[in-house]
Amino acid sequence: MSTIEVDRAELLEGQLNPAPKRKKVKRGTVNTVIWFAVLIVTTAVILYPLVWLVFSTFKPSAEFGQNPGLIPDNPTINNYLKVLDGIAGIPLWRFFANSLLIAVLAVIGVLASSALAAYAFARIKFKGVGIFFAAMIGTLLLPFHVIIIPQYIMFQKLDLIDTYVPLILPKFLATEAFFVFLIVQFIRNIPRDMDEAARIDGAGHIRIFFSIILPLIRPALITSAIFAFIWTWNDFLGPLLYVNSPEKYPLPIALRLYNDATSTSDYGATVAVSFLALLPILIFFIVFQRFLVEGVATQGLKG
Amino acid sequence: MLPWMIGFLGLTLGPMIYSLYLSFTKYNLFSDPQFVGFDNYVRMFTQDPQFMQSVQITLIYVLVGTPVKLAAALGVAMLLNYRNKGSGFFRSSFYAPSLIGASVSVAIVWRAMFSSGGPVDSSLSIFGINIGGWVGNISLVLPMMILLAVWQFGAPMVIFLAGLKQIPQELYEAASVDGAGPVRKFKSVTLPMLSSVIFFNLLLETINAFQVFSSAFIISNGSGGPAGMTNFYTLYLYKRGFADGQMGYAAAMAWVLLIVVAIIAFVLFRTSNRWVHYAGESK
Repeated sequence: MSTIEVDRAELLEGQLNPAPKRKKVKRGTVNTVIWFAVLIVTTAVILYPLVWLVFSTFKPSAEFGQNPGLIPDNPTINNYLKVLDGIAGIPLWRFFANSLLIAVLAVIGVLASSALAAYAFARIKFKGVGIFFAAMIGTLLLPFHVIIIPQYIMFQKLDLIDTYVPLILPKFLATEAFFVFLIVQFIRNIPRDMDEAARIDGAGHIRIFFSIILPLIRPALITSAIFAFIWTWNDFLGPLLYVNSPEKYPLPIALRLYNDATSTSDYGATVAVSFLALLPILIFFIVFQRFLVEGVATQGLKG
Repeated sequence: MLPWMIGFLGLTLGPMIYSLYLSFTKYNLFSDPQFVGFDNYVRMFTQDPQFMQSVQITLIYVLVGTPVKLAAALGVAMLLNYRNKGSGFFRSSFYAPSLIGASVSVAIVWRAMFSSGGPVDSSLSIFGINIGGWVGNISLVLPMMILLAVWQFGAPMVIFLAGLKQIPQELYEAASVDGAGPVRKFKSVTLPMLSSVIFFNLLLETINAFQVFSSAFIISNGSGGPAGMTNFYTLYLYKRGFADGQMGYAAAMAWVLLIVVAIIAFVLFRTSNRWVHYAGESK
């Protein structure tokens, strides 16, 4: 579509439709009002479960099933007091600390290994790079369950069950292709001139990586770090398989303690812990939502 | 590169080959694997009604949930694309469920929302519809799970939105000149221009939907009930392998899943030539 054609089209429209501008504006305003109304209703529906969760943490357990509405009849903070005491002799902060430890180590692992691997894919020419890159993309589509069984057997043989090694080691080995791919795309947008100039000055790959590429890919690293944190924080299957002792449970598994033991009698405590477990992610989301949304968008578009 | 190589060979390719081998054996983690040929596969398709049921509900979940989710994502993305001001707030709100959706907390909330006397049940009864809890209801628990999946339409929506922003405005103007109405514009401009993004979302969401696990586990307390209606494929695989110690059988199930996913990806890629247009680039 050339610009000339567009101009002509506009001209044509102007001639055929010399509609008074006022009318157009009016219709635009009406549309905008409808637009806002539709979106506000949709937002309310979408966010209702979360809002309901927050308000429900202040309901006494007996109120569940009788008061389905938002506002508690007899607001109480007992749920939180009870929850803070912990369960099965383990204080709540312990589960938080476990989750935090795993997530922080996972973030470090993902960043270090994915950035290195991505640099290699994007900048080093070696035999078979194309095949390996395709294999890496392939693992994006690979159902996790095909490898979880042998991995479990392997870690069991190595006597590493009930440690955090099976949860963290894979992160240090760049097994999550999403992050490698995200960073590769980012590095490809960095002009090659810079590292070529450095190479002429005698810098090797290690030097180029640390002093040129690494500072430039900071946005991609931040996006990866946030996603890695949230995904590890939410991970359920991994700890379910590998962590057996309750005092080592991260939050998602610990939540099951509350949920299983008390689901009929102590709804209040269950929702309170659910909310507390969700809180770090919600805060992360509110602070970093821009990075997250853009991370998803770039990943999708350049795919 | 090296860490990835170790990770890829040691934690992906190696295990894949080992799991293929396991799928032809009987193995309970304690005694040595016993070679049984295709027995696991034969048993799956001929003697295991639970397997067939889990295939059935998983297929319903994928075939109903994924298109509805993508339609919702595209619809909302088009709404957000209509106007720039103020859409940032909505975009973020809609994305939130996608991000937290995988967490156990959400599954617990979901169960509470749909339980008897919960918010969903009581708002339906205002309209005179009394169905009680969804969780224990054999015919409603699957729709409830699908609703949970659709609720998380934010991630594909963000990708759609980025795609919509790249469609040149001239195309719509040209279509208006030709007298195209909104429906025609959608069919002749939006859909073709967006086809590569639709393809990407369809592929990813389909594969993800096959692997639903934690929400089913939490909502049914690991049982897959009521009457096996939340016994999704991967939950059943987990139960066979890690609860009953039938590792060989579970490995065979994993390979069936892998083959199904590979076939779907292959078919999508092959047919994509026909309906996916890459804007302005001749291949």
